[in-house]
Amino acid sequence: MGVEGIGARVARKEDKRFLTGKGRYTDDMSVPGMKYAVFVRSPHAHAKILKVDATAARGMPGVIGVLDGKQLLADGIGNLICGWMIHSKDGTPMKMGAWRPLAHETVRYVGDAVAIVVADSVAEARDAAEAVVVDYQELPVVIDASTALKAGQPQIHPEAPGNLIFDWQIGDEAATDKAMAAATHVTEVEIHNNRLSPNAMEPRAALGIYDAGDDHYTCYTTSQNPHVARLVMSAFYNVAPENKLRVIAPDVGGGFGSKIYIYPEEIVCLWASKRTGVPVKWTSDRTEAFLTDAHGRDHVSKVKMGFDANNRIIGLKVDTIANLGAYMSLFSSCVPTYLYATLLSGQYDIPAIHANVRTVYTNTAPVDAYRGAGRPEATYLLERTMETAARELGVSPAELRRANFIRSFPHQTPVIMNYDAGDYEASLNAAMQASDWNGFAVRKAEAERRGMKRGIGMSCYIEACGLAPSAAVGSLGAGVGLWESAEVRVNAVGTIEVMTGSHSHGQGHETTFAQLVADRFGVPIDSVNIVHGDTDKVQMGMGTYGSRSGAVGMSAVAKALDKVEAKAKKIAAHLMEADESDIVIENGELKVAGTDKAVPWFQMALAAYTAHNLPAGMEPGLKEGAFYDPSNFTFPAGCYICEVEVDPETGRTKIIQFVAADDFGNIINPMIVEGQVHGGIAQGIGQALLEGVHYDPSGQLLTASYMDYAMPRADDLPSFQVSTSNTPCPGNPLGVKGCGEAGAIGSPPALINAITDAIGNNALTMPATPHKVWAAINAAN
Amino acid sequence: MYETQYHRASSVQDAVSRMEAAGEGKYVSGGMTLIPTMKQRLASPSDLIDLRHISEMQGITVNGRSVRIGAATTHYEVASSAALKAVCPAICHLASHIGDPHVRHMGTIGGSIANNDPAADYPAAMLALAATIVTNRREIAADDFFTGLFETALEDSEIITAVRFDAPAKAAYQKFPNPASRYAMTGVFVAKGDNGEVRVAVTGAGSNGVFRQAEMEAALSANWSPDALAHISVDASELLSDIHADAAYRANLVKVMAKRAVAAA
Repeated sequence: MGVEGIGARVARKEDKRFLTGKGRYTDDMSVPGMKYAVFVRSPHAHAKILKVDATAARGMPGVIGVLDGKQLLADGIGNLICGWMIHSKDGTPMKMGAWRPLAHETVRYVGDAVAIVVADSVAEARDAAEAVVVDYQELPVVIDASTALKAGQPQIHPEAPGNLIFDWQIGDEAATDKAMAAATHVTEVEIHNNRLSPNAMEPRAALGIYDAGDDHYTCYTTSQNPHVARLVMSAFYNVAPENKLRVIAPDVGGGFGSKIYIYPEEIVCLWASKRTGVPVKWTSDRTEAFLTDAHGRDHVSKVKMGFDANNRIIGLKVDTIANLGAYMSLFSSCVPTYLYATLLSGQYDIPAIHANVRTVYTNTAPVDAYRGAGRPEATYLLERTMETAARELGVSPAELRRANFIRSFPHQTPVIMNYDAGDYEASLNAAMQASDWNGFAVRKAEAERRGMKRGIGMSCYIEACGLAPSAAVGSLGAGVGLWESAEVRVNAVGTIEVMTGSHSHGQGHETTFAQLVADRFGVPIDSVNIVHGDTDKVQMGMGTYGSRSGAVGMSAVAKALDKVEAKAKKIAAHLMEADESDIVIENGELKVAGTDKAVPWFQMALAAYTAHNLPAGMEPGLKEGAFYDPSNFTFPAGCYICEVEVDPETGRTKIIQFVAADDFGNIINPMIVEGQVHGGIAQGIGQALLEGVHYDPSGQLLTASYMDYAMPRADDLPSFQVSTSNTPCPGNPLGVKGCGEAGAIGSPPALINAITDAIGNNALTMPATPHKVWAAINAAN
Repeated sequence: MYETQYHRASSVQDAVSRMEAAGEGKYVSGGMTLIPTMKQRLASPSDLIDLRHISEMQGITVNGRSVRIGAATTHYEVASSAALKAVCPAICHLASHIGDPHVRHMGTIGGSIANNDPAADYPAAMLALAATIVTNRREIAADDFFTGLFETALEDSEIITAVRFDAPAKAAYQKFPNPASRYAMTGVFVAKGDNGEVRVAVTGAGSNGVFRQAEMEAALSANWSPDALAHISVDASELLSDIHADAAYRANLVKVMAKRAVAAA
């Protein structure tokens, strides 16, 4: 592997600038004449807008312009859309209500944007925003999805009667019902998956720059996928044609899904820049982020799992209600459907599965993908159900899982997915060994002597990453293909630039992608630059989400490297008068195998560009591109074990140990992978123990700051024990599966299984706050 | 934040003069609550008069069992004072668990007491230690000082200059933090004076702010041990309920924290 190649623990190249404050984020960008925007937002969760009066605001100091939704409409800026079509089981398309970037008729959640104020300073813009008088007629509010489906509730969008967006199903209902009828034991549970706020360290921001000379727009923005942003803003929102719109996502401080989507603010800043004649920058404050960043999860499900007399699962039936908030965000429809219900087979051989999913409008912030996106919901549901079943059946949770594992591959589940490779028992065994599972009883007894309740829980997760085969997702309703692109540009002195359609916002692509090149050509990674995040520099690409950059993004790089390698070998063979098939590349040299003849890499590159002595008919230069469309999803999987102690007097949970045994396929940089797992587990523990978005019945957000929204902190977390036992992915050239979301997917059920084991009461919802755990202990006594 | 005028007062008299000259002035002594409130545009004082740099309001004096802490003394200074630790380690421990290092180096004991946040730690210590709140005009017993949520006996432009108390024979503070803010969701300060008087003060839990728990005081006066509290059932009707904890849970925490405080004292 070499010290910088595949498999090496190379320190992250990008960390120097991040750790020394030299990163360049959207809010760091400044252009001459730039002014500042503040949005006027609805204080009501549901109201008619009777009038927007900006007369006073326009006269305030420093104010350049105040623009509202009627002006936006008049200029032809389109509605925000959801880009994945889902059909209800009756064949009708999903009922998408209109989402205006600036509301001009109705506001539907607290934070809905109504107008934009542009001024010389943020403070002046804020003062003027307070002076914009919006006359609202308040309407009744509903925040809970199950309630919103009931008769007589407020109607949120005229397009979606009864607030139902779609009523979708997957799997064979008749076969599942038949299996349930034949089951010797049926475990029934109700599963709540709490609503989360994404909380990227860098809040969203947008800088819109209109150049009247060229009739051209530039948008700096906090995006995980700048090309998708450009495509959507051009094709659907009529901001500008693609050739007149450059989107740049510079350093981005965390995304977790929340920066996939195109929000109102970037569209409005671009439009406002043309309207006011000045570049317009907006940066979200933290409370705005809590109010308007797309939230995650918010499912309620009823589950039935049927077992035969040998404790083998023979059927699974799921009925889910998913809260999508006030508007359908860009990928909101695929999260509770194809990213969720297709994973309901988990690691288990289940012959019959049926899931019904209803998605619902409510007067809350839009809900979309958040780290894991659908897969944490499936895993939590399944692994809580398995744990409950083991308790009801009186068998070891480990052995119940072991008895039901899928053991031969490929494996076709009843819910679309075809698992390509895995060894679930290897991860289970590794985690049980690392956690000393078998020694738990002794530790529990010792804790009991100290008055503490000790519990242990596990979770065997699977996820689908490497999104995704384009034709397959197209057939399921996706509005885009999910391939990826790369271009490898070897410079005349042999240094290398890689243009990737992936986007790094914390994942370390500048290091791992460079490792691929270093591995292939034996050049130092310092001679390799990874270029991403600018639609003017990089060819069309699909961006980063769903743990896809390794499996799809790096596969595109590998494919481009194949082409570069082939041409480089041709050039070297020609220079050394050898046969191309005898050329090997080692340590930065192209050698004739078995001889001492060699051409240094840089010399070959120079030859490509001087073009004085190239093979007959060969084009000068050395630059190759590739588009890679995966043939299947990838299926990372693993086993997580969590051990806790609960203080029965206060209900406080302390995590004693957390073990993660993952199968990520081949690994490019183990240190970065471990970092991803650590971060993912921290977020999963946050969901299970601490985090939860709360609205009051009138739709006011109660968790609008860190005073009330509990993020995990270092002292909430133990030191993690992480390991991998890997089966290479057969579906892509590097054999990689993806690791970005696993920690967030696998950890919540392990933690809740451990706490419920400790307290002897299975009825506990996330987040398991001390208050709730204390109440559950008392209810059990 | 709305525009405001910042003043750094050089003396107590200077601070009062500046306050009286201001339109809608506000004293600031660390600003750990006031500044975030202003940033959220929920407060808009025309003038901020900073008391932190007034030398006569700084420092800790321990004279035998008698303790005086200047109002502008930071939490860090209280937490790390060897002289104070020798006679009243409980208040050092309390100060060491307020907020984070940034807060402990900015926030002051006077600022905390004057603000009387229902989840602040110091008000419990003042009540339990039977402290005297010294102002530029008078001396106020802690029992008379804390009058309600964010309400105190302070009059317009009155300034806390110091707090005074006699070191207790035994004392301890136990706090159960709010998982999000880390403020006290319930904090209990127990103290037994050299004269044998027992005081139990509860913060974070009361719907009217910090309060004394008479039943526990009686029980502990008779028998200074955690077991003495076993039979006490805390009335939840006067306690706070919010998304983090309901009144019944807080009632439980009052008892659990009190027991642990007695055990730690």
